[in-house]
Amino acid sequence: MDGTLGLLSGGGGSGGGGSSGASANESTVSKVEVVEQDFVGMSSEASSYPAEAELELGLGLSLGGGGGAVKAKPCTWGERGRILTAKDFPSVVSHGSSTPSRFSDRATAAAVGPVSGTKRAADSVCQEGGSPTGGSQVVGWPPIRAYRMNSLVNQAKSQRAEEDKLIGEKDKSPDATKKKIYTKAETNAKEKCHLGFVKVNIDGVPIGRKVDLNAHSCYATLAQMLEDMFFRSATTVKSMGSGGEKEQLTKPSKLLDGSSEFVLTYEDKDGDWMLVGDVPWGMFLGSVKRLRIMRTSEANGLAPRFHERNERQRSKPI
Amino acid sequence: MNYFPDEVLEHVFDFVASHRDRNAVSLVCRLWHRVERLSRQRVFVGNCYALSPEILIARFPGLKSLTLKGKPHFADFNLVPHDWGGYVQPWIEALSNSRIGLEELRLKRMVVSDESLELLSRSLANFKSLVLVSCEGFTTVGLAAIAANCRFLRELDLQENEIDDHSGHWLSCFPDSCTSLISLNFACLKGEINLAALERLVARSPNLRSLRLNRAVPLETLQNILMRAPQLVDLGTGSYIHDPDSETYNKLKHTILKCKSIRNLSGFLEVAPRCLPAIYPICLNLTSLNLSYAAGIHGSELVKLIRRCAKLQRLWILDCIGDKGLEVVASTCKELQELRVFPSDVLGVGHAAVTENGLVAISAGCPKLHSLLYFCQQMTNAALIVVAKNCPNFIRFRLCILEPTKPDPVTMQPLDDGFGAIVQSCKHLRRLSLSGLLTDRVFLYIGMYAEQLEMLSVAFAGDSDKGMLYVLNGCKKLRKLEIRDCPYGDKALLTDVGKYETMRSLWMSSCEVTLGGCKTLAKEMPRLNVEIINEHDQMEIGSEEQRVEKMYLYRTLVGPRKDAPEFVWTL
Repeated sequence: MDGTLGLLSGGGGSGGGGSSGASANESTVSKVEVVEQDFVGMSSEASSYPAEAELELGLGLSLGGGGGAVKAKPCTWGERGRILTAKDFPSVVSHGSSTPSRFSDRATAAAVGPVSGTKRAADSVCQEGGSPTGGSQVVGWPPIRAYRMNSLVNQAKSQRAEEDKLIGEKDKSPDATKKKIYTKAETNAKEKCHLGFVKVNIDGVPIGRKVDLNAHSCYATLAQMLEDMFFRSATTVKSMGSGGEKEQLTKPSKLLDGSSEFVLTYEDKDGDWMLVGDVPWGMFLGSVKRLRIMRTSEANGLAPRFHERNERQRSKPI
Repeated sequence: MNYFPDEVLEHVFDFVASHRDRNAVSLVCRLWHRVERLSRQRVFVGNCYALSPEILIARFPGLKSLTLKGKPHFADFNLVPHDWGGYVQPWIEALSNSRIGLEELRLKRMVVSDESLELLSRSLANFKSLVLVSCEGFTTVGLAAIAANCRFLRELDLQENEIDDHSGHWLSCFPDSCTSLISLNFACLKGEINLAALERLVARSPNLRSLRLNRAVPLETLQNILMRAPQLVDLGTGSYIHDPDSETYNKLKHTILKCKSIRNLSGFLEVAPRCLPAIYPICLNLTSLNLSYAAGIHGSELVKLIRRCAKLQRLWILDCIGDKGLEVVASTCKELQELRVFPSDVLGVGHAAVTENGLVAISAGCPKLHSLLYFCQQMTNAALIVVAKNCPNFIRFRLCILEPTKPDPVTMQPLDDGFGAIVQSCKHLRRLSLSGLLTDRVFLYIGMYAEQLEMLSVAFAGDSDKGMLYVLNGCKKLRKLEIRDCPYGDKALLTDVGKYETMRSLWMSSCEVTLGGCKTLAKEMPRLNVEIINEHDQMEIGSEEQRVEKMYLYRTLVGPRKDAPEFVWTL
């Protein structure tokens, strides 16, 4: 955040001045210079400012010292512009691993107001605060570094966990009631509008992956994706960078029904490790902090539920 | 220019510090090129695939400090798939096999493995400084290798990396003989830390100037650390929670009084606001304050804190400060140069956010402002025009209106005029990010006025190919252009192909460029790598009209890269 980032983002690699004259005798040198030389003036200059260049930028800046009024001058080119409608803009919904979004094929979202999408069942709740964040369902939007985004989400979840605890405590101050009400509403809202990249680790591999929980609406698709990710390894991926080797399992198996040698677990906001699949999806979304694909043999602490479920399945009529 | 012996030239070149100036110097003549390259110690490589480690090592045998950047910028927002590339391993291997005595390595958006870190720590005897920003692929095991083997380590700076945390054991790997630490930043580590080892490390590091702790370090430890290191200049607290009536807190209050050198303050990853008064005494000395991860400080506590920081030059904050809070900043922080306002409400509940009013207030109160990153609910043309007039010195102007394609809410117009005012007024603008409702017109303005622009980020904007063409034709100094979800197609891409060799890279995703267009470009420009990212098996070879979902092209000396994964096609 200090000089470090400044160096990285500000330091330039391009040299000044396109002195191409020197390149004739120094073929090796000039090759290396390609990276650093700024070919100013060498690209063809298309004249691209026909009539528009004549237009005055009625921006109010050239009014020397126009102090008070902040009004922008009325557009001098009003007839050229047109009011852009929802039709002109791409939908801002992206559905993760499903069909690729195409610019012209997209259903368009309204230019104002929250985006539509299958996940936004609770639009009205999200708008209660009066200022929806709008683009939170678009991949990569808002443009916040993933690390920061995950950190904020986790912080919000922990805060909620603490507030839930506080709700349970007796507190006689008048603020407590207000706080309770506020937090409840907030909790409900937060559970429904939720940004969800969580870390997934599998036993035996030191490096984890990340999945976007928002791209799924049920356990089945999540499990499917995790199986694809971990059990059908990409064919020609060179793991030059990654520290561990992905385990090659011959049989892709279902993680959820106990038939695999691995089982899918998650850590909830209270820090407990639970089996995935026991609670309604929405509740799961609201409390999951991270996932772990554990060896079934090690899932001892979770055994009661696991066996319970197996027994239930076994006793189902065929 | 044969009048001076090489040593004299070298001595003169010592005063030429910036990369660009040194690059310019090296182009003057063969002699200067040779003297320059032999004496060069610091090299910046903005795209690790633009050249090979061998080329670098051959040219700069005296290399001491290397900065490398890997993935495209949009990888920060999850737009680039896992395994795309950006591995540092080949670089470290090549360096370790060479005679280069590298001392400093700074990486951004690269994949770093534990093996790489281990190799680095064992093969570079003089290694002193490791800075990793937004990297991934390593664990605390790699950190342990660095700690254990780099005998002269001065700096270990980890910023916003994804690190798998296996244990806090790595801190104990610093040998007792290691007393050279100047800077240690592990704020992004999520796991537990051996607190005793940390305290001992601080105690034997008399040169420690910068220390940023992670969430696992409690207030008691902070107190102990500050007792031993009152000379700190840069402090990032970990967990800042305690009972304000406790003895520990009391001790902290007294200890902090001795820390007169602290100029940068950050952290507060967890915070009990009632404990904030302990830091009030040092606020007046602060030139940099980063509260962007301190979601626990808001409202009046936040304002009370900021009112005391009259000398701030850099402020990173969450938008829960609100417009009113920004007015306080404007009236207090007259020296402010850089402001970043991040959204706090990623969960969409509608907490207080900031609008154009906050920005206008800042621009009026802080005339020295030159760098801005501002996430807001809305923006108006009128406000941007005022901002442009108040602050003509912007070098970086990054505005993100949270809702894509949102117009000026007062006039319902696009924000073309507002951004136009910014580029017209700010003649030194080097970096610009756009948002909101925008037509081709804003790009006309950018092409006309943004003469110094080097990096432009565009999303959900423009009407036609003209927009992109205005920029490519007008911005002579453009180095990086990244575009997503805009209606630019092959015509925009192919009109001026020579331009791309003057730039570092171009990213286009969810636009209208087709496979055929990209192939044409690749054919005409052999010194570019034109990469298509083909996720989910979208594309079939041979169907030229299909749109390309993600394209990333960059100039390079070394042709298509050999480590590209299956889903990346270099055309």
